[in-house]
Amino acid sequence: MLTYILRRLILIVPVLLGITFIVFALLAFAPGDAISLMLGTEAANPELIERRRAELGLDKPWLQQYVDYMGRLLQGDLGRSFTYGTPVATMVGERLPNTLVLTVASMLVALAIALPLGIISAVKRNTVWDYSAMFVSIAGVSMPNFWLGLLLIITFGLELRWLPIRGLGDISDGLWQYLRHLLLPAVTLGTSLAAILMRLTRNSMLDVLGEDYIRTAHAKGMARTPIIVKHALRNALVPVVTTAGVQFGALLGGAVIVETIFSLPGLGLLAITAIRGRDIPVIQGSVLVFALCFVLVTLLVDIMYAVINPRVRYA
Amino acid sequence: MRENRPVRSSFWRKFARNRLAVAGLLMLVVMTSVAIFADAVAPYSPLEMNLGNAYAPPGSEGHLLGTDNYGRDILSRIIHGSRISLSIGLVVVGIAASVGTVLGLLAGFIGGWVDMLIMRLVEIFYAFPFLILVIGVMAILGPSIFNVMWVLGAVSWPIYARLVRAVVMGLREQEFVEAARSGGASVARLIFRHVLPNSLTPVIVTATFGIPEAILSAAALGFLGLGVQPPTPEWGALVSEGKDFIRRAPFLITWPGLAIMITVMSFNFLGDGLRDTLDPRLNKGK
Repeated sequence: MLTYILRRLILIVPVLLGITFIVFALLAFAPGDAISLMLGTEAANPELIERRRAELGLDKPWLQQYVDYMGRLLQGDLGRSFTYGTPVATMVGERLPNTLVLTVASMLVALAIALPLGIISAVKRNTVWDYSAMFVSIAGVSMPNFWLGLLLIITFGLELRWLPIRGLGDISDGLWQYLRHLLLPAVTLGTSLAAILMRLTRNSMLDVLGEDYIRTAHAKGMARTPIIVKHALRNALVPVVTTAGVQFGALLGGAVIVETIFSLPGLGLLAITAIRGRDIPVIQGSVLVFALCFVLVTLLVDIMYAVINPRVRYA
Repeated sequence: MRENRPVRSSFWRKFARNRLAVAGLLMLVVMTSVAIFADAVAPYSPLEMNLGNAYAPPGSEGHLLGTDNYGRDILSRIIHGSRISLSIGLVVVGIAASVGTVLGLLAGFIGGWVDMLIMRLVEIFYAFPFLILVIGVMAILGPSIFNVMWVLGAVSWPIYARLVRAVVMGLREQEFVEAARSGGASVARLIFRHVLPNSLTPVIVTATFGIPEAILSAAALGFLGLGVQPPTPEWGALVSEGKDFIRRAPFLITWPGLAIMITVMSFNFLGDGLRDTLDPRLNKGK
């Protein structure tokens, strides 16, 4: 067990080096000199350009630059925004919680859709229920999430006017307002995961329902519902929960798109706005923190999985 | 392997039983033909503007799916866009499968530290948050169809490397390979006669699911303005353009999104069918 965790932790090191190097390279090797981007109209002044290059350390060899960059990172210094001059760490820190709230909410939405529909599909196998649920599932994975988001905006925001379509409510306005703002983005982000998990729940339930101990329970004359809930579901959920964990990282990636559509002030929107404004330090900071979250979540899920399922440790 | 005919006919018989897979295949054949002959099929040029006839609703005369803010025919733009989305899907998977196959062969045949290095690289790639890094890289490289293709290809190879390596490892144990080797067969012969034919099934199935994934990623990049640029009618970019007129002409969003969805769905149906037909064992747990 300990060996497995240790191995997993060691593997993180090259991943982190890779991520930081790519993020570092975004600035260091950016075509169309980052300095002229930063100075804007003042870029005509070569002296100014040289001075700023020296300030940013861009005149040093790149390996030296990377070491310096890592040194600053370890002190929590992500640089300053070209556009606003504020520390990137502060900007990222303000946005990160919103992104995490969005991804957790999407995960809950995905499970809330996937579990009941998956179970119904399995229990009522090859009925119209099963086929409709499977169709919804296939449509869900095939739909681009940006498109789904816009369709939801058109339907529930513009036509029916039931739900807000922009930004995130203030939690001080009450929980209800906050959740109302969160609902459409969370559904948008959670749908494709819901589709995957639904199919998995169904197949996993079908496998379990075919097991001997389920037949035994039936033979004992146990009622159907307790068999499904007590015996089948508990075992069928193991692969579902694992996949949900593994897919959590993918939700973070999708958050970039969903935040853009709903103008939700998270890390993804920060990154996209920075890209449009060519604000390289902010691009670097947000990509880096996103990547770190992803790696951390994946690591936690893997370790948790190894704790639950001893077979993995020896793989 | 020699007697191709009975194998093939049993393949088709089995495949044809999966109606969704057949529907997916037919849909893709139609779409590919439309993409190839786009100039002949599309009623208008995708770039032809007619400001006098902007926002024509779907079903208007001469414009089945309506026109956009510049009066361009949406059907024609979607038809021409299919060229871009389909070629991105194919090229990305082509790059990923070739790179992955070569690395998988190297890892499997050479073994030792080469294997170790390549497999660690695969694990690292699996641990990478792709969409986010791709977004960062695209932001710096600048958006273009060429960049979309190679960046997506460069991040999608690990699964193929794993598959091919597994095939090589499996074959090493087999007696006929041993026999071929002692019979003096060269490594190249082993690769082309044994490894590649045996890798074909898992690689094809994986590639069939890889294409829609690449199409969705490319569309997402296009939507974010980091992929193919307007006025080129890439599907994701079309949705993004339409979003500015969401109140006035919501159909500008509906159609290109539907095109993406139908394409992705067709590939998924086809992939399911191929997997069930070619290798029922792969179906376990999915």
